[in-house]
Amino acid sequence: MSVIDQNTIFRGYRRSNGRVGVRNHVIILPVDDLSNAAAQAVEHNIKGTMALPHPYGRLQFGADLDLHFRTLIGAGCNPNVAGVIVIGIEEGWTKRVVDGIAKSGKPVMGFGIELHGDHDTILRASKAAKEMVQWATTLEREECPISELWVSTKCGESDTTSGCGANPTVGNAFDKLYGLGTTLVFGETSELTGGEQIVAARCANDQVRERFQFMFDRYQDMINRWKTDDLSESQPTKGNIAGGLTTIEEKALGNIQKIGKKCRVDGVLDKAEEPAHSGLWFMDSSSAAAEMVTLCAASGFAVHFFPTGQGNVIGNPIVPVIKICANPRTVRTMSEHIDVDVSGLLQREQNLDQAGDKLLESMLATANGRWTSAETLGHREFVLTRLFESA
Amino acid sequence: MHSMAMRQTPVNRIGDIQMSQAAQAAQQGDSTAAQADSARRTIHIVLHEAKDTVGVAVVEGIKAGTQLNAWIMDEDEIVTVVAKQDIPIGHKVALKEMAVGDTVFKYGVDIGKVVAPIKAGEHAHVHNIKTKRW
Repeated sequence: MSVIDQNTIFRGYRRSNGRVGVRNHVIILPVDDLSNAAAQAVEHNIKGTMALPHPYGRLQFGADLDLHFRTLIGAGCNPNVAGVIVIGIEEGWTKRVVDGIAKSGKPVMGFGIELHGDHDTILRASKAAKEMVQWATTLEREECPISELWVSTKCGESDTTSGCGANPTVGNAFDKLYGLGTTLVFGETSELTGGEQIVAARCANDQVRERFQFMFDRYQDMINRWKTDDLSESQPTKGNIAGGLTTIEEKALGNIQKIGKKCRVDGVLDKAEEPAHSGLWFMDSSSAAAEMVTLCAASGFAVHFFPTGQGNVIGNPIVPVIKICANPRTVRTMSEHIDVDVSGLLQREQNLDQAGDKLLESMLATANGRWTSAETLGHREFVLTRLFESA
Repeated sequence: MHSMAMRQTPVNRIGDIQMSQAAQAAQQGDSTAAQADSARRTIHIVLHEAKDTVGVAVVEGIKAGTQLNAWIMDEDEIVTVVAKQDIPIGHKVALKEMAVGDTVFKYGVDIGKVVAPIKAGEHAHVHNIKTKRW
């Protein structure tokens, strides 16, 4: 019997749109690179706020600009966020982000810097942020059914132990969560290369399969357009190779262990798109850790499972990232980063069912408020995916 | 006081286990597993399926000449092979002799092609295996 069933509850923050978060952040969200300084000044002034600096948001256009807005608005709408202060260099795009977040029903206020300067903007935004923090700190956790938890996964600095231990552990946990009406996502389009036929076979119907194949082919076309070699040291990465992974096919087959043995792929999302119903979703996405986890945050996921082999140290400002590792050397040398040690799997000291339950226990503790290793270490990588050059 | 509080919840039980394993490993190195369960043979390498032609080293410090216990996960069987070279943890060992052009199998699936001859027990990696994609 698993540690979770349909009666399992967790204590989360229910937002006005009905979604449930596991954190209660007040974020200061810059629309563009120019507004990072003001956002970070507000974060410094008002305790309990968190700025999300990033390097983009100017002169982007077309699909790349759409993704920029979708990611910022999605991050603001994430149920782990109580309220948002948006700061942009000018008021037009600032208002676009504010209006997008406002649809979730949560408090959001925007400030444009032009005609005011940093000083006045920081003053006004700080006053608004203070009110927002004092309101957010009155919110209380309440009991919520497990079906309302949204869980994402993406692995990083994988090695061969990822495919043998850490990724199958996530797969076991996903199989157990899937039957309980939860919403789950995986992605990393390029890292399915060599195992795409396995994912296609797991799609719930032909419509989903065609959409998956479209996304997969689109990414392959992009790689074939720009590549100058066989991508060795990029995919697999230098770290993957140091860890013993040889080819993209080998890496992909390990990667796919994360979707378990029972889950079907119920739908396909574009980057930072929100799922329309429960089940397992594939999201077209970068395989770079911080980009992918940021996209999951923007899609509304509340908790992230991150298996690692060689020891990727990533976190995310909005979504708690739970690290799972089966490599005994990494567990020994980088223990402060690892939340769930499943190295016993490779010596048959524990079985996959036990490892999956251990991860689910960690998930429930995290959902109830316990900080992950990445949170305690201050890992807040917020990385926006770009599709092409600025205009 | 702190550790007493920690033991009261399943959350922190995970933390305790993790810390004690890490502490043990730091003190005893990779012999921990063998000492903990001497009745059971140490697993040196792991295969996903019997069809696999390479296995993954899951212990540190495998030296040339060591007889390796290879656990086939799907079948839960153990076979053996002698290491012809030192194999770092996480790296692959060939289970059979392979010629240039042969397909390498892991997870029972094609993971690439052989580009330099490989003997059973040798290190199998980027110097003798390449992707068939890209």
